Amino acid sequence: MKGQRMIRMVKRDAISSKKQWMIRGIALVGALLAGAFLILSLGHNPLAVYKDMLAGALGTPTVRRETVKLAIPLLITAIGISFAFQMRFWNIGAEGQILMGAVCAGYFAFFQYDNLPRPLLILVMMLAGMIGGGIYGMIPALFKAKWGTNETLFTLMLNYIALAFIKYLKNGPWKAPHSQFPKMAMLDDRARLGKILGIHWGWILALVLVVLAYFYFTKTKQGYEISVVGESTDTARYAGIPVSFVLIRTMILSGALAGLAGMLQLAGSDYTITESTAGGVGFTVITVAWMAKMNSFGMLAVAVFIAVLERGSNKIQTTFKIPASAAEVLTGMILFFMLGCEFFINYKLVVSKREEAGA
Amino acid sequence: MDGHTLDYAVQMKNITKFFGTVTANHQVSLELRNGEILALLGENGSGKTTLMNMLSGIYFPDSGTIKIRGREVTIRSPRDAFELGIGMIHQHYKLVEPLTAAENIVLGLPGGMYVNRRQVNEKVREISRRYQFDLNPKKKIYSMSVSEKQTVEILKALYRGAEILILDEPTAVLTPQETEKLFTVLRNMKEDGKSIIIITHKLHEVLAISDRVTILRKGEYIGTVETAAATQEDLTEKMVGRPISLEIERPKTQRGEEMLKVVDLTCLRPDRVKALNKVSFSAYAGEILGIAGIAGSGQKELCEAIAGLYPVSGGSILYNCQTDGTQVMENIVGQRSDQIYRKGISMAFVPEDRLGMGLVGSMDMVDNVMLRSYRRNPGIFVDRKKPKEISEKLIRDLEIQTPGVHTPVRRLSGGNVQKILLGREIAYEPLVLVVAYPVRGLDINSSYKIYDMLGEQKKKGVAVIFVGEDLDVLMEISDRILVLCGGKVSGVVKPEETTKEKLGLMMLRVTQDEEVIE
Amino acid sequence: MNTLLNLAVAAVLAGTPLLLGTLGEILTEKSGNINLGVEGMMFMGAIAGLAAPYLYEQQVLLVGSTPSKLAGAFLALAASFLAGALGALIYGFLTITLRANQNVTGLTLTIFGTGIGNFFGEYLGSQAGGYVALGDELKAAFANLSIPGLSQIPVIGKLFFQYNWVVYFAIVLALCMNHFFQRTRVGLNLRAVGEDPATADAAGINVTRYKYAATVIGGGICGIGGMYMSMVTTSGVWVYNCVSGYGWLAVALVIFATWNPARALLAALIFGGLTVLRLYLRIPGMPMQIYEMFPYIATILVLIVTSIRQSRENVQPKSCGKNYFREER
Repeated sequence: MKGQRMIRMVKRDAISSKKQWMIRGIALVGALLAGAFLILSLGHNPLAVYKDMLAGALGTPTVRRETVKLAIPLLITAIGISFAFQMRFWNIGAEGQILMGAVCAGYFAFFQYDNLPRPLLILVMMLAGMIGGGIYGMIPALFKAKWGTNETLFTLMLNYIALAFIKYLKNGPWKAPHSQFPKMAMLDDRARLGKILGIHWGWILALVLVVLAYFYFTKTKQGYEISVVGESTDTARYAGIPVSFVLIRTMILSGALAGLAGMLQLAGSDYTITESTAGGVGFTVITVAWMAKMNSFGMLAVAVFIAVLERGSNKIQTTFKIPASAAEVLTGMILFFMLGCEFFINYKLVVSKREEAGA
Repeated sequence: MDGHTLDYAVQMKNITKFFGTVTANHQVSLELRNGEILALLGENGSGKTTLMNMLSGIYFPDSGTIKIRGREVTIRSPRDAFELGIGMIHQHYKLVEPLTAAENIVLGLPGGMYVNRRQVNEKVREISRRYQFDLNPKKKIYSMSVSEKQTVEILKALYRGAEILILDEPTAVLTPQETEKLFTVLRNMKEDGKSIIIITHKLHEVLAISDRVTILRKGEYIGTVETAAATQEDLTEKMVGRPISLEIERPKTQRGEEMLKVVDLTCLRPDRVKALNKVSFSAYAGEILGIAGIAGSGQKELCEAIAGLYPVSGGSILYNCQTDGTQVMENIVGQRSDQIYRKGISMAFVPEDRLGMGLVGSMDMVDNVMLRSYRRNPGIFVDRKKPKEISEKLIRDLEIQTPGVHTPVRRLSGGNVQKILLGREIAYEPLVLVVAYPVRGLDINSSYKIYDMLGEQKKKGVAVIFVGEDLDVLMEISDRILVLCGGKVSGVVKPEETTKEKLGLMMLRVTQDEEVIE
Repeated sequence: MNTLLNLAVAAVLAGTPLLLGTLGEILTEKSGNINLGVEGMMFMGAIAGLAAPYLYEQQVLLVGSTPSKLAGAFLALAASFLAGALGALIYGFLTITLRANQNVTGLTLTIFGTGIGNFFGEYLGSQAGGYVALGDELKAAFANLSIPGLSQIPVIGKLFFQYNWVVYFAIVLALCMNHFFQRTRVGLNLRAVGEDPATADAAGINVTRYKYAATVIGGGICGIGGMYMSMVTTSGVWVYNCVSGYGWLAVALVIFATWNPARALLAALIFGGLTVLRLYLRIPGMPMQIYEMFPYIATILVLIVTSIRQSRENVQPKSCGKNYFREER
């Protein structure tokens, strides 16, 4: 064997937060560069495309409002799943929880709107949405608590069931009267949310939730319990924490927030329910929560960023005929880079030259 | 011997290895002669295992040279090590549980597309005959006892043609009888011309089996002596760096009232096998009750059941507690932990798995200190003020080495982690204290600190239950020793009225009885 | 009787992509990596498996000759394998080399792969002026086979001897993989890697290489499953979101099949049947959309039953979900 260079990985003891953010920044730039190559390979100028994306998402007050509107469900649902993720409960069923929230709220919005005074109607819709999402989130938690049933796939399957349920509703019992197509009616004005600064007031609710979630995790006993359960169920048991109960309670909360997002989507944005009411939000928020490291303020930033990306992708579809699925591709790439860069935060590479005697 | 290189099976020279900023080995040298048994002696954390892992290809040295049979070599992987005839039996057995003994033995070996099972079994039987092992090659690992697993490990090395064998703390989990059997095998192998390194920190074993001893301390090479010319005191001083008394102080106390009474306790494991079978005993104030047994005899389940953490299927666990000024024995079976606490039962438990059960590794000391008491203040918010005060007091009183109360406990050394855990449990002034393997992996200084703390508790009138594996320590520290075997109590003895060998027999007895019955 | 026969045949056809996805994931999980990106890799395989023969066809038509069936089939197979493998390689690099969380990386791969599939599907469609569709010549490469003598046997011929070649490919692959795990040296080593990488490492097995190989090849197999969706299920036309949950069903089937490739055959057949049941077995009064739920409800039932009935063997490889790093300290 001859003398050769070896690259070894060494665990870092501690790293300044400035350096951490620098590494993340480099990763983001790397992801955007990778995206640029993709755009370039399609024969477009990446700079022009990125610029158009920004303009499409933030250029005018109107598009800015649209972007914020996109960010609302992302943020609220991300906070919701972060509850589960903190507990290492892989809730990837937010999509279904959003839909179930929308359906439960929809029952009152579609069929009870003239029986209730407006503020009460909206309140009931919110509660119904949260209960719907909460129950839908609770089901897999019950089985996880009792038998340790794999929650990743369980929550995921519930997404498809919720989707089929919506299809059933719009084809049958909830089909809009006098409609030729299988679709639900549009909401009556009374069941629609009011606007503040041109956007439905869900955005204020989202901001309040950011602060509440932060305090929940850092200051309350329940938040502390979640952290302990997430670290080790053995430790939790040892500490006298009722693990099953915490699991179920937290998943109800997690699902309820997703359900709330579904209600806001119905009453503030779409004014009806379709298969795309959730529109992949349930998956995208996994990215949001993870990139923000479960910090709710971080999620605020990431949610807005993702919303910009999605709005921007719609814009470039019209300008450059680049399919809007580019948003998913870019989101995926950014998260790949973010996941990868954590390694360089935790480890450093050391190049050591070895010289062997006699070589 | 003239020190000619050909007389040496292994020569390691000036080996240095870093882990991050920690120096695990600094300029360490070691020589193993052909056909000898060399003991590698050092405290926990002195770098013995790290050094040997560099010989077996698990780690790679940052600097230094290794010669095998006089030839300089580079060992980059375990495969390189096999090819040089080096086989290592790790302390934590490296066996794949769902595979059979034979499959484990041939794992990773080069060869044709298919494994010829018949041929493998034949060769395994042949080696077994030669060194008098007893092994069924078709048995799956998960159904094996600890000593059977060790046999598989040794066979694995021999099958690969190992001429140089390294055994890392091979006796830690064996009974005295099994240890004797292992030593016989090792002597057979030495007769057969194999060169053996045995890593240990038990001095009497060093004296019993080895030809020479190499001593490490804090990652540095201290020296090598001929065993015949060495004494226990001499070796200890080299190992610890200063003269040290090996006596564990056993404070004389008057045995107090019965604090804990366990009656016919039966627990089932998830696979419906009885982990504990009609276990009965009492623990008294001001006494240390030692619990001995081979690994997996029900110690873990017993501790957890006493702590109210393991489902009980029969029997009762009675605690002495004050209710309205009168003393009663309160049964905790079937009660939740908060109910137990409200009854005024004050019991502390230091589990075996410190970072997996006793503490939350990623949290800081404050959050860990409040782990078992965060519910005590009213309201929905946690109160971190008192835990912070306790943390600061623990750091001062127990000399815990930490950058501060907000450093995640995972970053601390094993001794400091254990001090935090035991310190926290004692801080709430329990009447019954259960500790499981409290000194496992700790260096001598930390170990003695822990023994002192337990002695203190005993003096204060706490009923201490000490689950241990080192019979020497158990004999010194305990007032009485309860021996578990296969989930049953095979006896309760006083250390001054028994011997290690007798304890060893008790640790096996019930299983032997059962074998006769079935 | 006839309905039942038709249902069985349809179940085989619908079960094949599930089988391929399941086999790919079994191989991956045997190395201790749980890759939740099957859906994404299937999407990548679906678009690559369609795009390659499509582009080839365009080239050939340009010079005025007819495309070869064999070349088309081979291109679809190779391209889809490579695309799936590429997805798995990204996953492998992140989890094996950079030690990222396996769950999140897999989910990201699903997002990414779904995006890639739909992105290029639409892109090619817009280039082609509407949608991507393969010509009849190449479509025939994926048509049902007619084996002289065998296919004509009543019932048996229809049940066993008239599927497209991918079906047979998948079945043979399942049997080979079973043999590989049970009998071969490399298979034994791979099982050891998945159960206990530290032990495998100490035994001289190159854990990293095994993990990469299993993950990447597994991803490639998933990719072929995706190709089946775009080439057979939708007969050579790109349909938006065409994989739609099959990848996830495959992940669940791994549990149902108890990590055993031979049992995956049966599992895939049953689930294939469930996905097409509505076309063959109408229960009066049951709305169509409820049928759509069947495979998902069945999956949940499987998950629950397997979690209740815990056994020591036939379980997930123990190191699944945990990354291995030798010098961890």
